[in-house]
Amino acid sequence: MLQFLIRRLTGAVVIMFLIGAFTFFLFYTIPQDFAQLSCGKNCSPENIAVIRENLGLDKPITAQFWDFMSGIIVGRDFATGHCSAPCLGQSFSTGDFVWDSIMDRFPLTLSLTVGGLVIFLILGLGSGLLAAWKRGTAIDKTVSGASMLLSSFQIYFLGPIALGIFVYSTGWMENPKYIPFTENPVGWAVGLLLPWAVMATIFTAQYTRMSRSTMIEQLQEEHVRTARAKGMPARYVFFRYAWRGSLAPIVTILGMDLSGLLAGGVVTEFTFDLAGIGRLAVESSLTKDLPLTMGVMLFGAFFILLLNIVVDLAYAYIDPRVRLA
Amino acid sequence: MTSPIEAEDATASVALDEKPAAKTTAADAEAPVGRSPGQLMWMRFKRDRTGVVSAIVVILYFVIALLAPVIASLYGKNPYTLYAQEPEYPFLLDDFAMPTGSFGGVSGEFWFGVEPTLGRDVFTMLLYGMRTSLYMAVALTVLSVGTGVVIGMVSGYFGGKVDYWLGRITDFFLAFPSQLFFIAFMPVVTALFVSPTDETPTYLRAVAIILVMWFLGWMGMARLVRSSVLSLREREFVEAAKVSGASRWRIVRKEILPNIVTPILVQGTYMLPSAILSIAFLSFVGVGFVEPTPDWGRMFAIGAKIYEQDPAFMLFPGLALVIFVLAFNLLGDSVRDAFDPKTGR
Repeated sequence: MLQFLIRRLTGAVVIMFLIGAFTFFLFYTIPQDFAQLSCGKNCSPENIAVIRENLGLDKPITAQFWDFMSGIIVGRDFATGHCSAPCLGQSFSTGDFVWDSIMDRFPLTLSLTVGGLVIFLILGLGSGLLAAWKRGTAIDKTVSGASMLLSSFQIYFLGPIALGIFVYSTGWMENPKYIPFTENPVGWAVGLLLPWAVMATIFTAQYTRMSRSTMIEQLQEEHVRTARAKGMPARYVFFRYAWRGSLAPIVTILGMDLSGLLAGGVVTEFTFDLAGIGRLAVESSLTKDLPLTMGVMLFGAFFILLLNIVVDLAYAYIDPRVRLA
Repeated sequence: MTSPIEAEDATASVALDEKPAAKTTAADAEAPVGRSPGQLMWMRFKRDRTGVVSAIVVILYFVIALLAPVIASLYGKNPYTLYAQEPEYPFLLDDFAMPTGSFGGVSGEFWFGVEPTLGRDVFTMLLYGMRTSLYMAVALTVLSVGTGVVIGMVSGYFGGKVDYWLGRITDFFLAFPSQLFFIAFMPVVTALFVSPTDETPTYLRAVAIILVMWFLGWMGMARLVRSSVLSLREREFVEAAKVSGASRWRIVRKEILPNIVTPILVQGTYMLPSAILSIAFLSFVGVGFVEPTPDWGRMFAIGAKIYEQDPAFMLFPGLALVIFVLAFNLLGDSVRDAFDPKTGR
């Protein structure tokens, strides 16, 4: 267990380093003058030179890369002050430290994605199980049909429809907003209810289909048939034998879906006009604020890698054949 | 997957999957005749009513996209003209720049209504928007499938160190948060072609979108192809070809490739709608296409902005997208079932 964690975390660090290096060199080798960009159109050459020095753009690129990478571990000093340990640089346009901007927006994205994940896993696996249990009946057909239809919907289409129904016409709910969990847990849940529901609906539909089909596959396995033949109670066979087996492929797919989950969070942010990581990425990308863009991307990669490790741990727990060491 | 015995026969016909209908004759039903896997697949597919209907819907979308200029000229409008400013249509938008008339201004003149604020025709916007998205998605899917197949085949067939390093590279790209990557790299890639002070032409934007998405689009296919090739590489018919002195290139092309067409096709059918959705995602968040290029995703961005005042605007592009994705998903399932009847639904 510990050995596995250490191995995976080292792997994650290596991948983070490679992603960082990759994006850094791709970003900084493109033919663009960032000092010019951050200074604006009517800018004297002296001003540009000052900015270039402040941003450290006058140094050779390898030195800039070293500054960036060492900044993450030990922090960096800028003209405007000290940027402490996980320092991802300083925004070109606002001058804020990238890490602070990200930490400002991240709680919302975390709430959206993790909240959505919990909801759709429970609902999706549950309704998939139900459909497989009642295979061929009206319940199965309704669940399968609804999930087929809903999985073809998009967050940016379903979101406005939900807003129209629950906020604009009936007024049952307020426009979604983010209240920090630490401030007011109830307000936090109420404010994010609609975004969660919309995001989870689409993911639930996908996971219902998946859970149903893996379940049906599992129920046709030999060991399940043997268990049935020897007179084991149907419920026991269903949960202990088939369900347990069907979880492994679902968790595998979940692990590959994590980046899609983050993307779902980004679309949800835009649909409901919430300010999270996604909006930060788009804003910085449009203003060509490279340190900020890169920081958000690295942070996103880190978040996904971390979730991936959690999923792998869950995988080993579900399927004992997978050994961690 | 076909058995090695069938596979000899399959080489010719599987590659011709698009039109094996000509080969299947109904009269053969009584006498036991040999049918190639391609023919069997086509027969199973024809019996699947959902599959046939969704195939027709999908084809219809492509025909509409291809014929968009023809339809638009018959209909007499285009997606760029601001009809609210034309003297022929004095009362198209009200004082709040919202369409007059019920349901987003739907009328005999404007079938799907009028765009708020600018007063463009929604029907032609959607037609051309679908055209943009479909063309882009097809280009992107072809590129990604091609790259994935080549990398997967090389890594599966050659094995050893090549396989190891290609596998590591694939894993590395899989670790990227893809959508954030697209958002981050769109301006960078466009900056490679145009200086930041110039206006980016639309075709360059399209090229940039395809490049960025292609970059992270091939890994799934590469993995799939690699594992399929691995399972075929040691089979007897490949060894027989090797013993009889066939070149590597011939073995890959004539022995292995025809046998992995099935999973490639099935995966490809799932990749195309997700390509459309990814492109729409970019335009929706505002880093893809910009005004005035008609684009499916951009219509959602407009629709979300004015949804409170004019909910009808979003309806047509939304329904069109849902039907398209639904048809494609059903088609993908049917193609998979036809190829491999063991997977029950």
